[in-house]
Amino acid sequence: MQSNVYFILSFRFIILVLVQVLLLNNINFLGYINPYLYILFILTFPFNGNKSLLIVLSFLLGLTIDLFGDSGGVHAAACVVIAYLRPVILKFSFGVSYEYNSIKINNVEFVQRLIYVGIMVLLHHIVLFSMEIFNTNHIILVLKSTLISGIFSIILIMSSISIFSKKSK
Amino acid sequence: MQQILFFLIRNKNFLLSLFLFLISFALTIQSHSFHKNKFINSANFFSGGIYSFKNNVNNYFNLKEENDLLLEENARLRMQLDSFDEFSTIDNTDSTFTHSKFQFETARVINNTYSKSKNILTIDKGSQMNIALDMGVISSKGLIGIIKNTSAKYATVQSILNINSQINAKLKNSNHFGSLIWNTEDPNIVQLIEIPRLAPIIVGDTIITGGKSTIFPEGVLVGTIQSSLLNKDKNSYTLNIKLFNDMTSLKHVYIINNKDTEEIKKLEKESDDAE
Repeated sequence: MQSNVYFILSFRFIILVLVQVLLLNNINFLGYINPYLYILFILTFPFNGNKSLLIVLSFLLGLTIDLFGDSGGVHAAACVVIAYLRPVILKFSFGVSYEYNSIKINNVEFVQRLIYVGIMVLLHHIVLFSMEIFNTNHIILVLKSTLISGIFSIILIMSSISIFSKKSK
Repeated sequence: MQQILFFLIRNKNFLLSLFLFLISFALTIQSHSFHKNKFINSANFFSGGIYSFKNNVNNYFNLKEENDLLLEENARLRMQLDSFDEFSTIDNTDSTFTHSKFQFETARVINNTYSKSKNILTIDKGSQMNIALDMGVISSKGLIGIIKNTSAKYATVQSILNINSQINAKLKNSNHFGSLIWNTEDPNIVQLIEIPRLAPIIVGDTIITGGKSTIFPEGVLVGTIQSSLLNKDKNSYTLNIKLFNDMTSLKHVYIINNKDTEEIKKLEKESDDAE
């Protein structure tokens, strides 16, 4: 059972990195807007899993994306931030007892799921873009990129969750 | 002692993420400065391999356009060769002119970005083929960028669409010099700054590289003037330059190796030290 979980996690890691690097990084909608689907790995990591493991894995995930995108460590930093804040956001969106109720992302209410995904995505994007642009003169650009890219990512992540989740009814 | 241990255990997640965040922050800072981003770049065996696999697949979709482009360039070079032949029959005694100090190496672009503020290309030739830092990269249509990092088989190129790039260029007609920079707004428009007010600016005029540096030979095509703006101090112009290259679709590039670079660098260093 346990090894099965690790297998699924590593499979998901590799597939998400390849999809992000080979496909989504080339979309460039309106010139510069790309969705960042790969954080789905952090979003769907088992809710009662080891938190330190998640932080380390998120760092590696971000670093791999950086490696392909020549972007220094911006994705790694953004991923570490949302991986660390994930328990707080989980508590906020699903209530205090999320850890014991064995909640899974594919069988919670739509609104709760949207809040969780939305906060995580926007947090990730704002850290990402402010580190990438790294200039206080371009705050408007940071906010604009965060918003447009964020909406794009949220739509893509929500639809991936509903397409790839097993039927729970 | 025990309290320190308890503190560490209680806050282990926070400390871990702080530590990892600082590492990524350091890598980011490092990548903001030219020549220092040694560890995380796409010119390594792993990502270079995946990118060249992707490129092998993608290449088949553009074969026709690529062929057209190469034919076009062949025709142009053939024309130049013809005119060169006429000259060389008149004056072929001076052998120094027949050996160009610039060597050209071809390469394929296997990864290209143009939507960020610091854009990098990856090409499939590396230090094995004598590609080294600071060599110029052009395509058949014009200027592309400068080599930033090399591995054995791959290299990354800092394109002109990068806020760190600053390349010497001039007006073809009047030889007034300026620096090429990019304001991140449009991947086909770059800016030429510090053009003196005396210079005659005509929309549509050609901009070429200046040849003041050792990286590019003089006269590599850059683009045409699209619009001009007089600066606040009324002494210089900022020009918007429309590039000849479509930076969003690059396939084959040439890397320029200046054989005299080392000699010039050494000379300049000696004069610096002497002061």
